[in-house]
Amino acid sequence: MSSSEKSPSPGLKPFTAMVRREFAGYFRTPLAYVFLAVFNAFAVSLAFFVGGLYESGIASLDRFFLYHPWLWAFLAPAAGARLWAEERRQGTIELLLTWPITVWQAALGKFLAAWLFLACALLMTVPVALTVGWLGDPDWGVILAGYTGSLLCAGACLGIAAIASALTRSQVIAFVTGFLACFILVLVGYGVFDELLAGLLGSTGVDEIRRLGLWRNLEPFTLGLVDVRPIAYFLSVAFAGLGLSTIIVERR
Amino acid sequence: MPLIEAKNLSKSFGAIRAVCDVSFAVDRGEVVGFLGPNGAGKSTTMKMLTGHLRADEGAAVIAGFDVADQAVQAKQHLGYSPEGAPAYGEMTVREFLRFAADLRGLADPAESVRKTLELCRLNEVAAQTIDTLSKGYRMRVGFAQAVIHDPEVLILDEPTDGLDPNQKFEVRRILKEMAARKAVIVSTHILEEVGELCTRVIVIAKGEVRCDESREKFLARGSDLNAVFRQLTA
Repeated sequence: MSSSEKSPSPGLKPFTAMVRREFAGYFRTPLAYVFLAVFNAFAVSLAFFVGGLYESGIASLDRFFLYHPWLWAFLAPAAGARLWAEERRQGTIELLLTWPITVWQAALGKFLAAWLFLACALLMTVPVALTVGWLGDPDWGVILAGYTGSLLCAGACLGIAAIASALTRSQVIAFVTGFLACFILVLVGYGVFDELLAGLLGSTGVDEIRRLGLWRNLEPFTLGLVDVRPIAYFLSVAFAGLGLSTIIVERR
Repeated sequence: MPLIEAKNLSKSFGAIRAVCDVSFAVDRGEVVGFLGPNGAGKSTTMKMLTGHLRADEGAAVIAGFDVADQAVQAKQHLGYSPEGAPAYGEMTVREFLRFAADLRGLADPAESVRKTLELCRLNEVAAQTIDTLSKGYRMRVGFAQAVIHDPEVLILDEPTDGLDPNQKFEVRRILKEMAARKAVIVSTHILEEVGELCTRVIVIAKGEVRCDESREKFLARGSDLNAVFRQLTA
């Protein structure tokens, strides 16, 4: 425990320590298991009972992915609420910001851990895909594309949740504001909401805004179309959220 | 070269001027008692020294590194325990210290954790989650994370606040053990601590340094330290 023991360049060690702690942090409370259970229950029941996945008689998961923007809009802010709000509440943000790790490293570590946690939730729905595979002969490439799109969509919602969490010390407020912001992105692209917007902005404006909807960008994936534009959309929302939340934490 | 340098530090929160042109330097082997009434600007000054708050004006230098421009290097030489010793309550003491060691990129984190648990007499609660600890143990955990990398600079914000006399004695004992090799700043409003622990005293009130002198000189100001304190901070 002498100063000489400090390795000259800690390299990625602090960063991986950050990711590990944050990821493990989800499983330290029963909340994580509740979260995983709720996600799965909703993902499966929405697909089968609301989307009529079984009755459709088509070996495809598009009716399963159809509801994912709704699920992520609710659950990504739930998982992301603790990112910074909890640090502020416990006062540990003062420790974190005086440890030799940059705010960017800390923020990225937290973000990746949360995204990884959401990926676990998504991974647990694989039995749905296996069921479809057992009942019919789906295009596995399309299913894989759907999962990729859903994971990217989760990242975008998490980016928004990160901003909400950086702004407050209350996880509840972080969750509610994050959810509302994501909810708007879900609504964009739905008929009723678009008509409302068209009344306000005119039809050309609505066309542009419609491109920002979560489902609009997820849909191509569920059809097996992996296009650059929706990937760029999801990643820019995710990283813009990450960047903004980091700046907020740095400035405060 | 002093290990801690505050150069004309100033900080305002809105219209309130919390710290106004505070300067001092602390060398190795010094334990500075940072005294002042509540709201005097002690914590704000410490937060600027540790890089948690950005100074409006002036600079803070730790072990030769500017905390704003060379933040990571400065923080590698710094151990800091904020007021109330915050910690991740859901982690066990051992996990928390291991996290602190890993985050600091220590070469042998397991060994550092073992030594620190021993030094701070935390072995018996090592497997307990921090949320379940008594205040005394929590303060010691806060202290432990600050010394796990054996830093040259130690900044402790009210490390004995709320401890019983035995626990206070224990924290002072550990501090004295390592003080010779470090530059230490301890904020407190317990005046007896000055005589027992510090080599030098800085009194701050209304954001300004009111007195900066050796312990001997400070103690010679009068037998009633409370009266001396009241007079200096009036």
